[in-house]
Amino acid sequence: MTISNERALSRLEAALGRTIAFSEPSDCAKYAVDGFAPATVVRPRSVDEAAEAVRFAGSEKLAMIACGARTKPGIGMPPAHYDIALDICELRSVAHYDPGDLTLSVDAGMTLSAIEHLLAEKNQFLPLAVPFSARATIGGTIASGIDSTLRQGYGTARDFLIGAEFVNGTGALTKSGGRVVKNVTGYDLHKLLIGSLGTLAVITRLNFRTFPRPTLRRGFLAAFDDEQGALSLRQRITGSPLTPALLEILSPDASRILFGPESKSGALQVGSGSWHVCVGYEGSAELCERYGRDLSRIAQESAARDRLLIGEQRFALLAERLREALPLLMQASPLPIVFRFQGLLAETAALIRALRSFAASSWTPSAMLVRSHGVLHLALLPGVPEESVLKQAAYFWKSVESLRGKLDFHASIQFCPAEWKGELNVWGAPPPGLALMRRVKSAFDPQNIFAPGRFVGGI
Amino acid sequence: MKTDLLRALQRFLGSEAILSRPDDLVLYEYDGSVEKARPELVVFPSTTEDVVRIVRLAAEHDVPIVGRGAGTGLSGGALARGGGVMIVFARMNKILEVDYENLRAVVQPGVVNLDLTRAVEHAGLYFAPDPSSQKACTIGGNVSENAGGPHTLAYGVTTNHVTGLELVLPNGELARVGGKVADPLGYDLCGLFVGSEGTLALVTEITVKLSRKPEAVKTLLGVFETIDDATETVVELTARAVTPAACEMLDGWTLCAVEDYVHAGFPRDCGAVLLIEIEGLAESVVAQSAVVDEVCRLHHAREVRVARDNAERELLWKGRKNAFGALGRLAPSNYVLDAVIPRSKLPRALRRICEIGRERGLQVGNIFHAGDGNLHPLVLFDPRSREQYERAMRASEDIVRFCVELGGSLTGEHGVGMEKSELMPLLFSEDDFALMRRIHDAFNPDALLNPGKIFPLGKGCGEIRIRTQTAHAGPA
Repeated sequence: MTISNERALSRLEAALGRTIAFSEPSDCAKYAVDGFAPATVVRPRSVDEAAEAVRFAGSEKLAMIACGARTKPGIGMPPAHYDIALDICELRSVAHYDPGDLTLSVDAGMTLSAIEHLLAEKNQFLPLAVPFSARATIGGTIASGIDSTLRQGYGTARDFLIGAEFVNGTGALTKSGGRVVKNVTGYDLHKLLIGSLGTLAVITRLNFRTFPRPTLRRGFLAAFDDEQGALSLRQRITGSPLTPALLEILSPDASRILFGPESKSGALQVGSGSWHVCVGYEGSAELCERYGRDLSRIAQESAARDRLLIGEQRFALLAERLREALPLLMQASPLPIVFRFQGLLAETAALIRALRSFAASSWTPSAMLVRSHGVLHLALLPGVPEESVLKQAAYFWKSVESLRGKLDFHASIQFCPAEWKGELNVWGAPPPGLALMRRVKSAFDPQNIFAPGRFVGGI
Repeated sequence: MKTDLLRALQRFLGSEAILSRPDDLVLYEYDGSVEKARPELVVFPSTTEDVVRIVRLAAEHDVPIVGRGAGTGLSGGALARGGGVMIVFARMNKILEVDYENLRAVVQPGVVNLDLTRAVEHAGLYFAPDPSSQKACTIGGNVSENAGGPHTLAYGVTTNHVTGLELVLPNGELARVGGKVADPLGYDLCGLFVGSEGTLALVTEITVKLSRKPEAVKTLLGVFETIDDATETVVELTARAVTPAACEMLDGWTLCAVEDYVHAGFPRDCGAVLLIEIEGLAESVVAQSAVVDEVCRLHHAREVRVARDNAERELLWKGRKNAFGALGRLAPSNYVLDAVIPRSKLPRALRRICEIGRERGLQVGNIFHAGDGNLHPLVLFDPRSREQYERAMRASEDIVRFCVELGGSLTGEHGVGMEKSELMPLLFSEDDFALMRRIHDAFNPDALLNPGKIFPLGKGCGEIRIRTQTAHAGPA
């Protein structure tokens, strides 16, 4: 923090008022990202105030990171600069909800749980089953691009985000899309915001299509001795007419952490040492019975060791544990490192084999979640916080690079200790299209004030 | 057109891949819209390398370029508004790879939409976006316009089915975004380029998702005495959370014209029909069909017919998909509009559209994707009468403005193109345009690629490139 920055920030306080902008070190510390605390926190009560703060940052060339409930600030690289935290949690009104049209428009600071309650009154929901769900805001959920366990049935936010309003780097409030479920008017800029980690704009409002809440939600678990069996069941399911809402595979360690005797998962104790395929399906009682029948048969054909049909109540528990899987895995170690991969379905078996072998060679316990549509999370979960863990993680990460050219995938480190990021580079090799991404960044944020350095390729 | 550019193109493409005579060029001055704009040269590349060389040469000569698939677009997206070179992708029509295990296909932009489905249906797969022109339109065109279709109600529009693109930027630079693996690291560039209406880059290769055919399909035809009853039915189906794969409406007047043409067995004396398709597991199809039947009858449906077999189902769809062609028999020209409204506002919107037709003294038909509120009013007129042409254009603008007032949008699947560029300020502010312009200029800084589209002239990129010889449609 330079002296000129300090002066600038006191001008910001003067401009916005001390109830909105405050610089107490204890407040600022709460907004630290990877150990870097901002000099000032701004908590705008309106979009105009948010835009004013952005214009101020632009005019003073100060770096700004927008945040919601700060449940996952560790995604991405440490910021190259960080002067102002822009907390959008006060922006939390419902701009528009037309249950008859199944469309919703909410301010970015609204929490997922508040949205869930609002929609539940009309028997609808938003299929974003993401971790930290109790506190997370919708803005943060979209900006982080964090995975939803309902992807198998409902796709990603890209499939149901229909519009957005945001303050771009010039401080102008801009929009994209609209409130209708089908729309090709103008460039689809709101899609760019998904997973952009706040590097393009401050998201202030998001429009979604909502979905009818199914009558019943039930589940199915099958246990296998190895990943081959589990993958073969998955392949049979995706190749069948069944269209489950949730389809995930847990390694034995992930199964133990989420559902083992010490997991507090109560009624959902699963056998140890097995790979588990978890399926969630929904609809009428008749439809659910069909799923249960077909899944039991297919699992038997796939030589499952155990099969279990799960009723509504226990399924709610299963779905919640899966939704919160990443934080639950991370709680299992003092120094957790979570990698995210995305590959091709037909190459999942090869990817799992390679990753397990790298994890074994790094002498670190690990757990794996094989999610839908080629997403795979691997957590290295060292038992003790030793220096050597960084070396082991680096070895693992380097080994992953050796798979390039052999398998089609991309990889990043989603969570790891901040101080390791210099060595690990969480984004890995520069992705194709990086030069085009830089052009997009410049168009949105010409002065590079938003979260500089946190994104792919140093954006 | 500079003759040295023509010569340079002839040298590497050969003269059989270039059209330059006025009577050849006239065939490329229109598309499915009412707009016209004539290119100065039409070229037919066979490879991505050809495209790169054409684009480089055009850039060197400071000549505008525009890409074109089959020219079925309805917003003038593939017209050479700035004159110059039109790149037609008809010869780049190969399916390069079908990856059955990973449910992906890699295609060239000139592949016809339905041809991809035909190539993979033996394996129980299909390409989900199904515009009514799918027998003719190309996947490259679908990508540019982010095309929809009846079944996008359940399965999403083109952008939901594209995972990778090979692009040629207006300076001739070749780039790749995405691939077979979905959501690559970084910004969602596929999401930006799909639907950018050919104003950011030319697409030379597309990786698409393939979908698995459902176990059961049921096609129902609800016959109503009034348009109101039909639209109220759609509102209630949406509110009751019935999720059909398609929900199409045809008004009674349109239906007579369609029936004369396709003989699908549509009634000739009703106010409107709803063509509803339910797909999925057999149990779900049975249950949802029962609700559809109940809701239709609750809203006074005279009859709810169920297609007994595939042949009957195909006949009903033939009627729907050929409806615009059928109406072509009734008037010298027609103008197919495309606007979207919140579904809860359907009854009001349809009533107002009928009123506008009456006020302007024009016949307006309605064949549209009711399930997602995507209206396609069709205004019949005779372009030889300037007065009638102008009346049709005014009626169309009234309708679109009304849709926006209802909380809707300018276009649901046809694109802005040159048709609606002047209406964009109804939805977007100066600040919105400023950002879109910066995105445009980040890829197409000299507005050499597809000038005069999306942005209103005067606000847009490359307005200076609109040459005087470019004529709007209208009476000769």
